[in-house]
Amino acid sequence: MMSMTLRRILHGLGLLVVLCFTLFPFYWMVSSSFKDQTDLLASPPVWLFTPTLSNYTDIFADEKVFGAIVNSLIVATLTTALSVLLGAPAAYALARFNFRGKSDLWFWFISNRMISPIVLALPVYILALQLKLLDTHLVLILIYLTFNLPIVVWICTDQFRSIPIELEQAARLDGADQFTIFRKIYVPLGLPGIAVSAIFSFIFSWNELLYALVLTRRSVQTAPVIATSFMSGYELPWGKIMATGTVIVLPVTIFALLVSKHMVRGLTMGATK
Amino acid sequence: MVQIQAKLNPGYGRWTPFWFLAPAVLALLVIGIYPTISALVTSFRRYNITRPRDGFPFVGLENYVNVLSDQTFWQSLGLTARFFLTVLPFELFFGICIALLLHRPGLGMLRALARVSLVVPLATTYAVVGLIGRLVFNRDFGIANQFLNAIGVGGLDWLGSTTGAFIAIAIMDIWQWTPFCALIFLAGLSMVPVEIEEAARLETSSKTAMLRHVQLPYLLPGLTAMLILRSADILKLFDMVFVMTRGGPGSATDLVSIYIQRVGFRIFDMGTASAQAILLLIVTIVLSRLYIKLIYKEIE
Repeated sequence: MMSMTLRRILHGLGLLVVLCFTLFPFYWMVSSSFKDQTDLLASPPVWLFTPTLSNYTDIFADEKVFGAIVNSLIVATLTTALSVLLGAPAAYALARFNFRGKSDLWFWFISNRMISPIVLALPVYILALQLKLLDTHLVLILIYLTFNLPIVVWICTDQFRSIPIELEQAARLDGADQFTIFRKIYVPLGLPGIAVSAIFSFIFSWNELLYALVLTRRSVQTAPVIATSFMSGYELPWGKIMATGTVIVLPVTIFALLVSKHMVRGLTMGATK
Repeated sequence: MVQIQAKLNPGYGRWTPFWFLAPAVLALLVIGIYPTISALVTSFRRYNITRPRDGFPFVGLENYVNVLSDQTFWQSLGLTARFFLTVLPFELFFGICIALLLHRPGLGMLRALARVSLVVPLATTYAVVGLIGRLVFNRDFGIANQFLNAIGVGGLDWLGSTTGAFIAIAIMDIWQWTPFCALIFLAGLSMVPVEIEEAARLETSSKTAMLRHVQLPYLLPGLTAMLILRSADILKLFDMVFVMTRGGPGSATDLVSIYIQRVGFRIFDMGTASAQAILLLIVTIVLSRLYIKLIYKEIE
C-alpha cells in the first residue's frame, strides 16, 4: 500500500517536471516582459519583482512594432482565407472522386510539407525582384500557400471522407448538382475540419520568418522580422524584446490550445491519428 | 475499391473533379513548381545579383562542381547531420518518458494540464524561441549561467563559443520538439487495446517488459514518422538558429539552410545558392518519398 502512495507521488512529481519543462521558457519570456532593465539584468535573477507595463506601452507606441503586427495579421488572415478557398474544393475532389493520377496528386500536395523554404526563397526573390513584388503583402500571401494549401487539403480530405455519402446520393436524386452538393452539404458538415485547418494555416503563417525576412524590406515587415531586428546594436532592450515576443506568441498559443487535440495530426499531416 | 466507390458515387461528369481541383493545382504549380524550375535554371548560370553588368551566362555544371568541391557546404551538411543525431535521442527519450507519464492512469487534472502544456512549445513562434534562447543563454545575466554559477560549475560563454552555441541551439530545439515526440508516442500508447494492456499487467509487473512486448509495436509507426519528419524539419531549420546565432560563432551553428541563405542573400551568389538548394531539394524529395511510402496507406 505504501508503495502505491509512493508511486502516486512520483507520478505527480514527474508530471510537475513536465509542466516546468514545457512552460519555463515561456514563463521566463512573459515575466521578463514585465521587468524593468535593472530587474532584467539582476544577478541572481529576481523571482519576485514589481511588474511594470512600460515595455508594453513602449512597443505599442512604437509604430514599427504595431505596423508589423498589423502586417502579420493581414498576411496570415488573407493567406489562410485563400488556402481554404482553394484547398477545400480540392479536398472534396480527393475525398469523393476517382480519377487517374489521384494518388500522385495527393502525394504531391503532401510532399510540399517537406520542402525547405530556402529552396523556394531564392527563385521567388529573383521573380519578385523582376515583377516589382518585393516588399508587398501579395508575395508573402502567395508564397505561404505552398505550406498552407497542403495542410488544408490534407485535413479537409480526411474530414470530408467521414461525411456519409448517402447524404450526397440523396441530394443528387433531388437533382442537386455537384457544386450545390459541395456548398450545401460538405462545407457546413465539414466545418470543424475546415476550421482546424484554417487555424493551422494561420499559426504557420504567423510564425514564418525566412520568407518574410528575404522578401520584405521596410513597409511589409512582419512581426517575427521586427522581433529579430531588435537583436542588433550594443545595449539590447531586453524588456521590449520580450514584450514583443509575448505579443507575437500569445495569439498563436491561444489558437494552438483550441486545436490542441489535432496538434499531432496537423504537424505530421496525419501520419498518426 | 474503385468499383465500389464508382457505384457509390455515380453520375458525375468526367470533368467534375477537375473543376474542384484546378484552382489549387494551378496555384501550387505557379507558386511551387515554377519557382523550382526557375531555381534549376539559375543553378546552371553564373548569377550574382550585385554584378548585373556581367550578365547571367549559362555555365553548365560549374556551380554544381563548385558546390560539391566546397568544403564549407559539406561541413554545413555534416553539422546538420550532427545536430540531428544530437537532438533526436534526447527528444525521443524525453518524449517516451513524458508519454508514459501521461498515459499512466490517475491524477486526472494534473495529467490533463501537462498534456495541454505540451502544445505551448510547439506553437511558439520559432523566431521567438530564438529570442528566448538569447536571453536564457546570455553570458552575463542569462539564467543558464546563473544556474551554473549557483551550483558552482561556473558560467559559460554559451553563444560565444563553438561548443556552447551548438549545445544552446540543441537545447532550444529539444525544448521545442520533445512535446512533438511525446504527443506522437502518447497517440501510439493510446492505440494499445485496453484488454491487452490489462491482461499484460496481470502477467507482468515489469514496466520494461510491458513496453517492449506490448506497447512497442504500437509505437513503431509513430517512430518512423518522427525520424523522417524531424530530419526534414532539421534540414529546414532556420528561424530559431538564425535569431540565436546567425550560424556563428565562426561556422559553429552554420546549418545547411543558414549557409544557403548566406550565400544567396548576403553574398548574392544566386547561381551557387540555387545549385545548393537543388541538391537540398533532391535530398528532401528522397526523404518525403520514403515518408509517404512508409507511413501512408494508399489513398482509396
